[in-house]
Amino acid sequence: MSENWHRRVLENKGALFAGLSTLAISVGGIVEIVPMYTAAWGIEELQGVSPYTPLEVAGRDIYVREGCYNCHSQMIRPMRAETLRYGEWSRAGEYVYDRPFQLGSRRIGPDLHRVGGKYPDAWHFEHMKDPRSTSPGSLMPAYTWLYDAKVDPADVTASVGGLATLGAPYADTSEAAVSAALSEQAKGVVERLAASNLQTEPDTEIVAMIAYLQRLGTDGKKVLGQKAER
Amino acid sequence: MEHARYDDETTKRFVLATVIWGFVGMLVGVILALQLAWWPANLGIPWTSFGRLRPLHTNAVIFAFGGNAIFAGVYYSMQRLLKTRMWSDTLSTIHFWGWQLIIVGAAVTLPLGLTQGAEYAELIWPIDLMIAVVWLVFAANFFGTLAIRKVEHMYVAIWFYMSTVITITVLHVVKSLALPVTLTRSFPIYSGLTDALVQWWYAHNAVGFFLTTPFLGMMYYFLPRAANKPVFSYRLSIVHFWALVFLYIWAGPHHLLYSALPDWAQTLGMVFSLMLIAPSWGGMLNGLLTLRGAWDRLREDPILKFFVVGISFYGMSTFEGPMMSIRAVNALSHYTDWTIGHVHSGALGWVGMVTFAMVYYMVPRLWNRPLHSVGLATTHFWLATIGLVLYVVAMWVAGVTQGLMWRGIGEDGGLQYPSFLDTTIRLMPFYWIRLVGGLMYLTGVVLMGFNVLKTVNSAETANVGVANV
Repeated sequence: MSENWHRRVLENKGALFAGLSTLAISVGGIVEIVPMYTAAWGIEELQGVSPYTPLEVAGRDIYVREGCYNCHSQMIRPMRAETLRYGEWSRAGEYVYDRPFQLGSRRIGPDLHRVGGKYPDAWHFEHMKDPRSTSPGSLMPAYTWLYDAKVDPADVTASVGGLATLGAPYADTSEAAVSAALSEQAKGVVERLAASNLQTEPDTEIVAMIAYLQRLGTDGKKVLGQKAER
Repeated sequence: MEHARYDDETTKRFVLATVIWGFVGMLVGVILALQLAWWPANLGIPWTSFGRLRPLHTNAVIFAFGGNAIFAGVYYSMQRLLKTRMWSDTLSTIHFWGWQLIIVGAAVTLPLGLTQGAEYAELIWPIDLMIAVVWLVFAANFFGTLAIRKVEHMYVAIWFYMSTVITITVLHVVKSLALPVTLTRSFPIYSGLTDALVQWWYAHNAVGFFLTTPFLGMMYYFLPRAANKPVFSYRLSIVHFWALVFLYIWAGPHHLLYSALPDWAQTLGMVFSLMLIAPSWGGMLNGLLTLRGAWDRLREDPILKFFVVGISFYGMSTFEGPMMSIRAVNALSHYTDWTIGHVHSGALGWVGMVTFAMVYYMVPRLWNRPLHSVGLATTHFWLATIGLVLYVVAMWVAGVTQGLMWRGIGEDGGLQYPSFLDTTIRLMPFYWIRLVGGLMYLTGVVLMGFNVLKTVNSAETANVGVANV
């Protein structure tokens, strides 16, 4: 047999070559991704995790818009140095309502997965406006525009509706219900800020951002804390 | 006569677009490097803040610089390898202008904060649709050309191009499945860790099939011609091609080691990443050994210089990558600048250097003019190489430094550096060194742009093309 037998069989045949290449590049992805949906050894559920509220959804959309994931992770690894610094390590079941996922890949700033409840609302308010006022030496840009820009209830309704379509259990996704939920939760944030002598309108983007950050990792912390007690 | 047969006009456009977008993408990179060293460079306005500009940098370098380089190389070499003009001039034109339109769309939307929030897949869904259409136009033109080829045998380069065309289609479609909720916003059909897995399957293989296989194909075409030597081993190219395309696709989960992704998937990612050393080094060796007997020409020829450093950095980063995929190493390197250094040794070292070599090879042949200045090209080479080394070494040191500080446990059992900020401030000297390295690399690109411009506009003609079919 000539040493060029494989040319006749394969390397001269465009369609066959394309077919075999397609097969070769398909196997790995199928084997790794499909079981996440179908198998018991896929993504583990965690009871007690609920969807983000409309105000938190608005905050999360801003988090994505500003590209916070370029500098902050949301994934605490199960290592002593990480749990000491950030708290309980992250579980897959905590992220089921995260679209898009925001795990991040580089910590130019610290991990934020358990930042919820770590600082008062006022700290976030000051920090986003002038990061160096709370964290001297920080590299973070100031996000001054969040203090003027307004959250649009129609826009948030579109997001909440989309997330509901994809499976997040919201009782009522009408604009009226979303607007009501937005003002209700925003009022709480504004009052806590006012207690620290910080004034802002309830429909500013910073209020939504604070609501989102304060929610991060709190469901998991609660559930995992109860588990540990048992 | 060759020029009547081949469509070189499209190739010329792609070459010029490569140079222009390369400059833009790297300029944004330098601005980002400055922002990390000196925060006021964020300018206090939304459109130039780091979080919005960084996606512009990554997308511009990968898809605008890298993409146009791929198309230039493929259009140039494919027609010559298959001895036929591209199948459809109309598709070639749509392909070129469609791709530039996508890039302009990215350059407008990303600073506005319109994003899907996933690395290297930030572009909003209407642009994703455009990418799908333009990519399929390219695919149709590719397979159409293959069907009308005048040479029965498909040379190695064609296999690598084909795997790129097929795999990028699959990756882009699966990764982009999303539910649009407004004209500019959508949510992925995957959530949480599944979304993360799909993301890194996509992103890692964008590295594999956008920044590796097409450039290997171009190495197989351009290097033997530049060196005037046959490829070292046809058999090795068969083995490493099939091993590479099969193994690459599994390696994505190495981006999620120690995350909440199920352990079995993490382990698969790690094991396949380690196996990837073999086919990667197969490609590197086949490239370097093609230069056997031609090493003396490295002294005068900047094209060969670029190739040798590019292929060497390919070998270095395909060794480094698998090492970083080992759990114990990843525990230190993940989330640090080591990763940033790693991708830049691949992007600046491999993709950049091979692209520069191709540009210096193609421009005189496409325009039938001698290169304006070989000395300037050599200066470009040294600026790029020294800049690259400064960049990568600074990031290694920064990454290991910060990784060690994060994990330091004091005698009392608590964190040695409880303030996160202390670990960031320690990196400042390295961020300045990175900026210098990046500036040198960018300066090299400016020299290349000048050299190309002078060559293209020169009155002198020389029939370089026919001598080097």
